[in-house]
Amino acid sequence: MTPSLEARHLTRRFGSFVALNNLDLKVEGAKCVGFLGPNGAGKTTALKMMTDLIFPTSGEAFINGISVQHERKRALTACGTLIETPEIYGSLSPREALELVGALRGMRPEEIRARTRIVLEEVKMSEWTDQKVGRFSKGMKQRVNIAASLLSDPEVVLLDEPSTGLDPRGMAEVRDIVRGLKKGRRLIFMSSHILSEVVDVCDEVALLNHGKLLFYDSLANVEKRLTGDATSVDLAFLRPVSDTDLSTQVASVPGVSAVTRVDPQHATVMIAGGPPAQAAVLERLVGARLGLVSFEPSRSALEEVYLQEISKGES
Amino acid sequence: MTTVEPSLSPEGSAPILGEVPGLFTQAVLLSRYQFRDYLRSRRFVLMMAIVAVIGALLSFVLYDFNGAGLTSSAGAFYGTLWAGGVTVVIIFAGIIFGGDAIAGEFQNKTGYFLMGLPVQRSSVYVGKYLAAFTASLVAVVFYFLILIANGAHYLGAGALPYALWESFAVALLYLLALLGSVFLFSSMFKNSLYAVLVVAVLFLFGFTVLQDLISGLVHVTPWFILTYADSIIGGVFNATCMTMVGPHTCTTPGPRGTVITTMVDNATIPEGVAIMIAYFAITAIVGLILFEREEFT
Repeated sequence: MTPSLEARHLTRRFGSFVALNNLDLKVEGAKCVGFLGPNGAGKTTALKMMTDLIFPTSGEAFINGISVQHERKRALTACGTLIETPEIYGSLSPREALELVGALRGMRPEEIRARTRIVLEEVKMSEWTDQKVGRFSKGMKQRVNIAASLLSDPEVVLLDEPSTGLDPRGMAEVRDIVRGLKKGRRLIFMSSHILSEVVDVCDEVALLNHGKLLFYDSLANVEKRLTGDATSVDLAFLRPVSDTDLSTQVASVPGVSAVTRVDPQHATVMIAGGPPAQAAVLERLVGARLGLVSFEPSRSALEEVYLQEISKGES
Repeated sequence: MTTVEPSLSPEGSAPILGEVPGLFTQAVLLSRYQFRDYLRSRRFVLMMAIVAVIGALLSFVLYDFNGAGLTSSAGAFYGTLWAGGVTVVIIFAGIIFGGDAIAGEFQNKTGYFLMGLPVQRSSVYVGKYLAAFTASLVAVVFYFLILIANGAHYLGAGALPYALWESFAVALLYLLALLGSVFLFSSMFKNSLYAVLVVAVLFLFGFTVLQDLISGLVHVTPWFILTYADSIIGGVFNATCMTMVGPHTCTTPGPRGTVITTMVDNATIPEGVAIMIAYFAITAIVGLILFEREEFT
């Protein structure tokens, strides 16, 4: 099976700084892959090389088996992209901008009209169809950019931090759009540093730091990685809990390795053994009748793994 | 929060993929939208205002000085006023429409919108060039019409010398060459301001000063400077030089039937045409190569 997206020894240096170091990545099939990493990890650099906006020092990127570096036009034909926050010519309306995109992609005028209506509806910009883009806010422009990347209903969608510049409602809407895209047979490769966004919409995750790929795995496997490691869980109680109760009723529960009081009604516990251990601890705490009202992991499994892997790299 | 029913293609449907147009078709498509953007922009209004001011000044001077001694022949009238004004119009149009044409794609990030699409970089370059040429042509035609209106008033509606059309064609060739150079400078920068400043300084006075220095001090014919060639826009009227007896030598009637032979440090028409074509070809190729290698970092 030809991978939908492939990076082969993709490397980029800026002088002595290595922005991306020998990235080897093969993504096959229809799914959503989160491309994670802290700022400066090399995510945008990799995506820019995958779309020929910058050139690799060595290595190559392929979309549907076609080299982006050697056949950019053919490689990008089946690909919708949103890299950084592009600007559209200010005097054009979203309709005109999408007409241009469709015409450059070789779509027929009636297809362009029909798809323009659909994608603008999708990004909630229908009522702005004929207004000038130059007057739009950053978030509105980003919606039009997302619409442009989806216009031809591409097989591969490369999104570079698509919710950048959007307000919380806009971010939630972008997540809805990406979830909607997953229902088609396409690969969505989305860079982000918002872990909750990735957990919410992605099936797999690739973690990059200092230009190196730390891992590429499914979210389910990321959860499994945590088994055996202690997970931090925040507890909230209905009424103040005494130190005695914390030590006898909470710290003594099998699986709990440490308890830290936050305030009279809140504490944080470290639980080893993954989700089964967490379930057992929760049952015991409910049974102890301490007035437990909330039992919530301090961080998601992905966040735990993310922090662990990043800190390994730092040390 | 309202949830949106996914209206994108359902599972199993094929993506909408037409045949991606060729390089030149994409360039023409891009130029249409870029030209539309120019037409709606303040820079277009500014350019038209500049031409209107030049036209108004010209009309005022002609009116105030009762033809300013130029109404003896259509050649003298158009040779002086067309050639003198259109060069300025072309330089301003080049600066306004071409100065930041390529640099702006990087600085304003409009390039990110286009370059993520299945287009060749050369299509973007050629498309933007065509749009800048068309917008500049509108300004040149506007100036031409102002001049024709004045000519019709002082000389009559039918007094349009053949040389005027020749000169118009040469002016368009000069516009091609100048825009080629402007696009080359624009490709060298990722900052619009620097690109516009460099182009403005070079074409408004830099090249003219250089040309004077080279011919005056070093006594070398500055054939390699584009502005040296622009004299042929007026040269085709042959208004000041009655007969060209050889390259850079012309004769004019002197007192009591004598003939004065003078050396003229202007390009001959074939030289001027060759310089303009060479400038266009070289700058277009080098500019394209630079743009192909430029990165959207």
